[in-house]
Amino acid sequence: MRVEQIAVFLENKSGRLAEITATLAAENINIRALSVADTADFGILRLIVDDVEKAKSTLKNNGFTVGITNVIAVEVADKTGGLARVLKTIEEEKLNVEYMYAFVNKTGENAVLIFRFDDMDKAIEALQRTGYTILSGKEICAL
Amino acid sequence: MTLYWEEEMETLPRVGLESIQLKRLQHLVARVCKTVAPYREKMDAAGVKPEDIQSIADLAKLPFTVKEDLRENYPFGLFTVPMDQVVRVHASSGTTGKPTVVGYTKKDIRTWSGLMARALTCAGATSADMVHNAYGYGLFTGGLGAHYGIERLGATVIPVSGGNTKRQITIMKDVKSSVLLATPSYALNLAETMETQGVDPKDLSLRVGVFGAEPWSENMRNEVERKLNIKAVDIYGLSEVIGPGVAMQCLEGEKGMHIFEDHFLPEIIDPDTGEVLPPGEKGELVFTTLTKEAFPIIRYRTKDISRLLYDDCACGRTLVRMEKVTGRTDDMLIIRGVNVFPSQIEHVLMGTEGVEPHYQIVVNREGNMDTMAVEVEVSEDIFSDEIKKLENLTKRIQMDIKDMLGVTCRVKLVEPKTIQRSEGKAQRVIDNRQL
Repeated sequence: MRVEQIAVFLENKSGRLAEITATLAAENINIRALSVADTADFGILRLIVDDVEKAKSTLKNNGFTVGITNVIAVEVADKTGGLARVLKTIEEEKLNVEYMYAFVNKTGENAVLIFRFDDMDKAIEALQRTGYTILSGKEICAL
Repeated sequence: MTLYWEEEMETLPRVGLESIQLKRLQHLVARVCKTVAPYREKMDAAGVKPEDIQSIADLAKLPFTVKEDLRENYPFGLFTVPMDQVVRVHASSGTTGKPTVVGYTKKDIRTWSGLMARALTCAGATSADMVHNAYGYGLFTGGLGAHYGIERLGATVIPVSGGNTKRQITIMKDVKSSVLLATPSYALNLAETMETQGVDPKDLSLRVGVFGAEPWSENMRNEVERKLNIKAVDIYGLSEVIGPGVAMQCLEGEKGMHIFEDHFLPEIIDPDTGEVLPPGEKGELVFTTLTKEAFPIIRYRTKDISRLLYDDCACGRTLVRMEKVTGRTDDMLIIRGVNVFPSQIEHVLMGTEGVEPHYQIVVNREGNMDTMAVEVEVSEDIFSDEIKKLENLTKRIQMDIKDMLGVTCRVKLVEPKTIQRSEGKAQRVIDNRQL
C-alpha cells in the first residue's frame, strides 16, 4: 500500500528543473505528480513517475543524486473539505506529517493526496481503519 | 618627537646589537642543547655543537624547527624548564585537531609584557591612554598578550575581547577609548556597526588602531583609517615565537614593522631549499628567540612570506623592518584572525558518516568580514527527501567545524560531481578576498 517516490537533490541554479524533466521525457517516463521543497541553498524535487527504476537509473546516469522513498497516496473526492477531513483524521490519530502534496486525476472526480509520515505503518493502519482509499503505485499510474 | 619604551635597545647601532644577539644566541643554543632532547638529537644529526656558533651567520648551521616538531612533542616536550616554573600556557589549533602548546615562565611574561608595551609605544600610546582591547581572550595569545602589555605601559586596559559589537561601541564612547586593538576585519565591522547606529567616529576619542593576527591590504588600511578616523598600524606575532609583539610598525615609518631584534633573530630563507637569502630578498620568515625561558625556539619556520628592510627609518629605531606579510608557503588560511588549515575541515568532513571527500572551501570578504563557506557534494548516502534531515546534517558539520576551529562557516550542499576535480593536487580553497 505504499507508493515509491523519487527524490532528487537540486542546487538552486537556473535550469536544473528543466534538465531533469527533459532527461525523463527523453526516456519516455511520465510524471504523475511532483513537488519541490526548497531552502535558500538547495531544493528537493519529489516525483511520482510511471517507471521508478528507469527514472532512478536515468537520473543517476545524468549525474543527479537520487533517492527512493515510500509515501502514501490517499484518494479523496475532489470536493470542498476533502483535504480538511483527511487532515482531521490525521490529527485525531496523532500522526505526524513530514510533508504532503496533491494532484487531481484526469476525470476530475477525485484528488490524490501524497503523504510522508514519520510512522508510515501506523498511518496506513489508521487511514484504512477510518475508511480512506489508499492507492498503490500501479493504481496511480492507471489514473 | 618619537617616543621609545627602551630607547637604548631600540636605537642600538647594528654592531652593538649583533654582539648582544650573538651572546644571547650562544647562551640559548647551549641551554636548549642541554635541556631538550629533541633539539639535541637534531643538532647531533646535523653534526653541530653549541661551540660552533661563533657568529650570527653560524645560525644557518642549526636545523630548522617546524610546526610538526611542536606536534610531535605535544604538549610540553620542547619546554626547557620544569613545569613548576611555567606560569602560563597558550595554544593554537593544529592541522589535524591536535593543538600546539607554548609556555611562559614569570620572566617570559615580563619580557612579553615589555615587548607589547614597546609595541604600543611605537604606535604612540602612553600611560594616559584608554586602550580598547578587542583581541580574543583565552588560549589565543592576542587578548592576554596585549592585555599585559597595556598594563605594563601603565595605560588603562578595557578588556572587551571579541563580539557584542554594539556594546563595544557604547563602551568606547563612554570611557573615551583612545587606542583600539583588534583584527583589521573586526575594526571594519565596528566601523560599519557605528554607521548603522548613527555613531560618528569623529565624536569618539579614538586616535590610533593596532591591527594584526590576519593578513590585510594597504587598501584595507586606508579604509579603516578613513572610516574610523584614526591612524592604523600593523603588529606582528605568532604564538610559537611569543605572541603579538614580535614586530611593530612605527608611526613615522611608512613601510614594514620593526622586529624586536634584541629578542628575536629573523632570517629570510628560500622555502624550497632552506638556503638563507641575502638582505632585501623575498622569502620565508624564520625566527629564533633569544631571551625566552620556558619555550625558546630555534629557527622556526613561520611559513609567512616577507622581506627584511635594513634601510634607516624616520623614527630613529635601528631595528630591521619586515615587510607586511604578503603570503604563505602553505595552504593555511586566516579567517577572522583564526588559523584554518583545509586539512582540519577535511578531518571534520571525513568524520561525518556518508560525506564524500569532495569538498571546497570558499572564502569571501562580505562587507568587511571574512566569510567561509564549505561546499560538500551530496552523495546518495547523505541525501534525504526531507529538508529537515539535510539541514540537520549541514548544522552538524557546521557545529563540528566551529568546535574544532572556533570559526563559524556556512555549509553548502552541492550536486555531485560539481566540485572541480583536479589532476594533481586538489584545489580545495577558493579565496576571493582581495588582499
